Amino acid sequence: MQRYSVFSLIKNAFNGHKGWEVAWKDPTPKSEYDVVIIGGGGHGLATVYYLAKEHNITNVAIIEKGWIGGGNVGRNTTIVRSNYMHDDNARFSEFGMNLWRNMSQELNFNVMFSPRGIINLAHSDAQMNVYSRRGNSMRLNGIDAVLLNREEVKKMIPMADFSENVRFPIFGGLMQPSAGTARHDGVVWGYARQADSMGVDIIQHCEVTGFDVVNGKIKGVKTSRGDIKTNKVGLCVAGSTSILAEKLNMTLPIETHLLQACVSEPVKPILDHVVTFGAGHFYCSQSDKGEMVMGGDLDGYNSYAQRGNLPTLQHVLTEGIAMFPFLSKLKMLRTWGGIMDMSMDGSPIIDKTHIEGLYLNCGWCYGGFKATPASGWTFAHTIAHDRVHELNAGYSLNRFHTGHLLDEKGLGTKTWIS
Amino acid sequence: MLHIKCPYCGMRSQNEFAYGGDASVKRPELNKEISDLEWDSFVYLRKSRRGKHLELWHHISGCRQWFKAQRDTATHEIFKTLKPSEDI
Repeated sequence: MQRYSVFSLIKNAFNGHKGWEVAWKDPTPKSEYDVVIIGGGGHGLATVYYLAKEHNITNVAIIEKGWIGGGNVGRNTTIVRSNYMHDDNARFSEFGMNLWRNMSQELNFNVMFSPRGIINLAHSDAQMNVYSRRGNSMRLNGIDAVLLNREEVKKMIPMADFSENVRFPIFGGLMQPSAGTARHDGVVWGYARQADSMGVDIIQHCEVTGFDVVNGKIKGVKTSRGDIKTNKVGLCVAGSTSILAEKLNMTLPIETHLLQACVSEPVKPILDHVVTFGAGHFYCSQSDKGEMVMGGDLDGYNSYAQRGNLPTLQHVLTEGIAMFPFLSKLKMLRTWGGIMDMSMDGSPIIDKTHIEGLYLNCGWCYGGFKATPASGWTFAHTIAHDRVHELNAGYSLNRFHTGHLLDEKGLGTKTWIS
Repeated sequence: MLHIKCPYCGMRSQNEFAYGGDASVKRPELNKEISDLEWDSFVYLRKSRRGKHLELWHHISGCRQWFKAQRDTATHEIFKTLKPSEDI
């Protein structure tokens, strides 16, 4: 594989950029693989990368119905964080933060990880108490957390609404200074390029149409480009999980819902951090191009549409304007939607299933992007060793039957507005 | 913006309604001895189909009645709305 560096850039600049190799190949599917991963998004690509790198399993295919990175990994608001209270979530996501910090070097691809800090605003004394508790829990798990008072928040984001007679006055906030953003497409391309170089077949425009299950064991997958034999299959298909589960006669604790995001026209630098509104569901950061990147609530009803509806967007942006009044002056540049695999307790599932050789990775709700490396790492471990790692032990499928729910926020498939 | 025909009030805009989830889920019968598994399945498991989906809506800013709707989850086309006692 050609290494990217300032020297390769200069060298290729002199020959008119004709010397660049393709970043990943376009192979025809073989008839048999050791492992098949379904879903060429961030989690799937991270999984095949860590299967090859950590477990030396390279006879692997990753199958994608569309093109890699065309789903939620290309549709999110790029936020990377680990500000969780529950131990299982905190340990998992902080493990991920360490992978994020080193990702550009490891993948030899600039994923533009920018640890600019995330601030969750508080709008009441009670909310300050809750944030203080969460911050303390984070620090016990080795995650940086700072409780900010009103004056400290005002220094960082002076353009927020600090006037006297507002409906939701800012009392302070909880900050995770090491959180931030990363370039989502870069993550896809970085993982894809490295996985391809280690021998993984990235097969795009190939739809899975069925499964071959014999005596409770997975024997292969049927695709639009022919049948593939394999003893291990991993599902990383986010909002399409329920569709594939039905082909396997499985019913899951998941509903597919639509989440929208949008960007404004680009403006000069004004917002240095990721900021979330505490009295509703709205988050905002500024991209390197200057656009305000914003998102919030689900559309509120089961949806596979991959495009949003106006009432929710209006509601979300009303919250945004309550927080940052200057947003009302900006024109909207783009809005889009992605379909989320909303689990019933708001936490993901990375586990084995009752079918031998079938592994499940789903239920990412609002937080799939930031989990990309940790999800891939633990899922690869689960597949390679046929048992869950301690980092994803809390993300079991049967917790909905044993009662060990991970209800970080008590959100589930419900929206704040319904 | 969805336009939903409330079986009691007629066609109204989406803003007047709240969503109530999958209407095909059946609560286990009262006073019947059931296993934990049956109860957990009722509480947590959903088919979440792409395509025709029978679901509950609440006309919360209107007549405040619950009703059922059959809607396509990919196109949002609403085929039929009916009272809770009616079957499709």
